[in-house]
Amino acid sequence: MYKTWQRAIVPLVGLSLIATACGGDDDADAPDDPATTDDDAGEPSDSSSDDGDESAGGIALEMLIASSGDAETNAVTAAADAWAAETGNSVEVRVATDMNQELAQGFASGNPPDVFYLDASRFGDNARAGNLFAYTPADNDDFYQSLRDTFTFEGTQYCAPKDFSTLALQINVASWEAAGLTDADIPTTYDELAEVAATLTTDGQVGLGLGTGIDRFGAFVVGNGGWWLNDDATAPTANTPEVLAGLQYVQDNIAAGSFALAPALDTGWGGEAFGTERAAMTIEGNWIRGAMSNDFPDVEYIVAELPAGPAGPGTLLFTQCWGIAADSDQHEAAVELVDFLTTPEQQIAFAEGFGVMPSRQSAAADYEALFPENAAFIAGGEYGHGPISAPGLDAVVADLNSQLEAIGTADLGSVLESFDTNANAELG
Amino acid sequence: MGAGRLGRQAKAGWLFTAPMLIVLGLFLVLPIALAMWVSVANWTGRGSPLNSDVDFVGLDNYRSLLTEPGLDRQDFMISLRNTFYYVLGVVPLQTVLALALATTVNSRFLKGRTFFRTAFYFPSVVSSVAISLVFLFLFTGTGAVNEFLGALGIDGPSWFTDSRGLIHVVGDSLGLWSTTDPPAALSGNDVMGLSLWEWFSGPSVALTAIMFQVVWTTAGTFMLMFLAALQDVPVEVDEAAMVDGATKWERFRYVTLPHLRPTMLLVITLGIIGTWQVFDQMYIMTDGGPAKTTLTPAYLSYATAFDGSNWGQGAAIAFLLFLLIFVLTTLQRIVLRDRDRPKRRGIRGRRSTSQVAEAGA
Repeated sequence: MYKTWQRAIVPLVGLSLIATACGGDDDADAPDDPATTDDDAGEPSDSSSDDGDESAGGIALEMLIASSGDAETNAVTAAADAWAAETGNSVEVRVATDMNQELAQGFASGNPPDVFYLDASRFGDNARAGNLFAYTPADNDDFYQSLRDTFTFEGTQYCAPKDFSTLALQINVASWEAAGLTDADIPTTYDELAEVAATLTTDGQVGLGLGTGIDRFGAFVVGNGGWWLNDDATAPTANTPEVLAGLQYVQDNIAAGSFALAPALDTGWGGEAFGTERAAMTIEGNWIRGAMSNDFPDVEYIVAELPAGPAGPGTLLFTQCWGIAADSDQHEAAVELVDFLTTPEQQIAFAEGFGVMPSRQSAAADYEALFPENAAFIAGGEYGHGPISAPGLDAVVADLNSQLEAIGTADLGSVLESFDTNANAELG
Repeated sequence: MGAGRLGRQAKAGWLFTAPMLIVLGLFLVLPIALAMWVSVANWTGRGSPLNSDVDFVGLDNYRSLLTEPGLDRQDFMISLRNTFYYVLGVVPLQTVLALALATTVNSRFLKGRTFFRTAFYFPSVVSSVAISLVFLFLFTGTGAVNEFLGALGIDGPSWFTDSRGLIHVVGDSLGLWSTTDPPAALSGNDVMGLSLWEWFSGPSVALTAIMFQVVWTTAGTFMLMFLAALQDVPVEVDEAAMVDGATKWERFRYVTLPHLRPTMLLVITLGIIGTWQVFDQMYIMTDGGPAKTTLTPAYLSYATAFDGSNWGQGAAIAFLLFLLIFVLTTLQRIVLRDRDRPKRRGIRGRRSTSQVAEAGA
């Protein structure tokens, strides 16, 4: 009942749909191979290998970043393009929506991005699994030692620290002056901090609002001379007097009413407690600048260095590095790109672009000249302790943080003991 | 002829189902088989799980979840406990609510039936991310829900930061025990890594807020199923019951409900499967907190694999969850089966193959 040509319609439509779907990216093939294009007529290329010959150009690198916003994406893309123009290579910068997941997909497929952001907390697991290519960045000694230690696994440094942030003390100027305090009263010891917080505590406002977890309480642990793991991250040292003293300090002040945790103030983090003025002071990192100017522009505040504990000044460093995949084909070019992106000038450009601090010590002076109000943050680079980056500890740290949510009433000794037990099971 | 017709129809059948079989095989069966392999191997995430560096480790991952004392087993037990209370609360509530809504919408005296049907079904269609964010906003300490409770004179909790279990709180207010000093018989005894006191905590306040959200969201879908079944209830039987003098409630209990049994079975089965697998709300709203009281096996599987790079264990958690759901739904089918219906005999019992073929020709 159908004519012949009418019968052909359905199969044809089906075939064309299949053809569209299986079309493939013929346009996105491997970059032009100088040995086969006619452009560089005068260049003898019979003896050169494509991978190692950077002067021939034409290498395409893939970069995966987890961006904090348009400012960061644009700054990184501009820098990568500048390197690409200089060397004749090309860099494709992609922004990840879920960094952990996309990196994992890349490693599992054997086709990971060449260069990527790697957070310190994910460093250990990836290093142990062999996903990373260990390289020595140019002028390695110029990076802060604690940052280099963070990205060292079994004695080998795997990547270059990209930038870092530290914790400092933010003080609400209005509340400070209303309590009759002056610049001379800015606390320099833990006792002074406790006093000032008590003075600042009023009916509607608590003296110090703290976020929960070891990423805040850890600052007091460092100030007391302790740390969760030993120096080479092979054994836990949480159940020690120094660590206990740090946590006990927080617990005592919460009991006294001069410190409060952000959830208890019905806020999501310390910055929100500070911005909504439910806390007169808070301890947060560089990111608070952006949050305050976006969400709470009317609150006037100053930033001071964290006070020194019994063992000296202590703060926490947060950092990421430029990871290079072991399965990448272009190790040399990738290292070159990273070296370009970590020069002091480029790091200052990133600082101006999206507010991170340069991880090179030589850039510290320039940074302070440009951002004198962030002097307290950059000073922390000297005495701050980097994050836990040993492999296999993600669940253990999550459990510790979960128990420390109730630090006001927790049995600190048994909390630290359980951390040691769980960490030993992973590291031992 | 009989055999030829059947042969051609069989071939046509295979041809038509082939695309779906290929898709299911590639994207469902193969990944599940691969995940099964990952759960009994020590894959680190680098390269394919089938490459030669990956070794078979037997039931190590399952052992560390079930038999070896440690953090992994503790986390898994916490997730099972949380989800157990979650299922216990959500499934009956959403079934009853769906039935109530369906009966209301089906009522002959309701005006604007289409509007109500749409309104009740609407939450199921909206993105769960959007709803989760709205509920996060509603349930903050100073949010709309607490304002409403305040108008009734109740001091609402700070929902998503409150990790106290409901059973603990209720018992405390009734004077049965004190949450700050739990009875030694319960807090002293450990079963599978958690003390009995922790096992009998009930859902936390944070989990309860999520339960409200999920009941509200999914009742609409099940309402549609009940509605379809309700419209199938034979009117003559209902009228006969009315003539016999049955009250409205008796008619509902003895005429409508039995007729709804297959749909009830479907709704409860789907409810059990859906609630045991809950992930979205935990991923978007709470990350398993506060104090791990909204941790569920699905979220734990994701976190173990992607945040902890422990792929084998993440896969093992997923398979244990599958086993649990399978056992529960089988149990539930046995409990709710229709004992009056005669067992269907196989095709050999009553009719021969050729008779079937002739019937189909």
